Amino acid sequence: MGVSEKEALLEFLLRMGDNSLILGHRISEWCGHAPILEEDIALANTALDLIGQTQLWLGYAAEVQGEGKTADDLAFLRDAWDFRNVLLTELPNGDFGRTIMRKFFFDAFQTVLLGRLLKSTDTTVREIAEKASKEMAYHLERSADTVVGLGDGTDESHEKMQAALDRLYPYVGEMFESDAYDAVLAKAGIAPDPASLRGEFDALVTKVIARATLTLPEGDFAHSGGRTGRMHTEHLGHMLTQMQWLQRAYPGSKW
Amino acid sequence: MSSVNPSAYPETGENGPKRKAEWPLWEIFIRGQHGMSHRHVGSLHAPDAEMAIKNARDVYTRRNEGVSIWVVEARNITATSPSDKGPMFEPSATKVYRHPTFYDIPDEIGHM
Repeated sequence: MGVSEKEALLEFLLRMGDNSLILGHRISEWCGHAPILEEDIALANTALDLIGQTQLWLGYAAEVQGEGKTADDLAFLRDAWDFRNVLLTELPNGDFGRTIMRKFFFDAFQTVLLGRLLKSTDTTVREIAEKASKEMAYHLERSADTVVGLGDGTDESHEKMQAALDRLYPYVGEMFESDAYDAVLAKAGIAPDPASLRGEFDALVTKVIARATLTLPEGDFAHSGGRTGRMHTEHLGHMLTQMQWLQRAYPGSKW
Repeated sequence: MSSVNPSAYPETGENGPKRKAEWPLWEIFIRGQHGMSHRHVGSLHAPDAEMAIKNARDVYTRRNEGVSIWVVEARNITATSPSDKGPMFEPSATKVYRHPTFYDIPDEIGHM
């Protein structure tokens, strides 16, 4: 199948936007429930940063799509099979440790990716990456430090972080998959082939996990199906019923 | 003359009920965009100084308030005691000569 540059760009923007949107929404579920006040505010901040980045990615996606839609249309009026986020982002939060471990994996991936996107041949992609990379650098510093603090903490926190790591690690591989869209994007210099980011990601993750006195699971099995839209987990649909209900119940309703 | 905030002493004190294991309290000072000095803005809990700075960033600089953050563990602050207020501060109330208000300012100086 021949993929045009426009199709590849649109797919890329949906993947970027959906990752930020779905993870941002997941983290926002912590608002008012985090273990301590300071963490609650910090988590809400990171969720809002991600939603802000979503507006940029999906706003550009709507523009490239050229059907007169907006970022809101894409966020609130698509169904589960239209979403292009990796499965890692849609999994339920679990406990605080699992939430932070998931965030750390995403932050590490996103920071490496955004670093490459600063050199994108697409001006808008480059501009979004410039804004987002500053936010994500802080997110990564925060989530990495918390992984270390909890991993190298009490027996209970160590155990919970190791459990989170074991559970989430099989969802890491999907972020580095590449397909026909990625080949077109890499050739045009718009975005790197995700597979090429793995080395830098592994170096970063290995260092932090070692400082956290945790053990990376063996094996490279990876769940997949989210970034291609082939098969999401059952959790995404449930999440969308909450996230989208207002626009579904009151179409076109405005703030 | 000094008093400390007891809540800044988690899990210390050999007598009295054992306190709940809590993170220490940190006092937060922020220098604003055009400010010359750091100002006390509030306090928060954090496990260590690095996290206190991060928490301060998220709690107190969300609206672009600052360009620099200081954190000080509250237990390291020595403070005056409210009961010493009289001897400490009242004597200066009647010493007007300590205010530089008895000088004639030449007109050419203008507003000071």
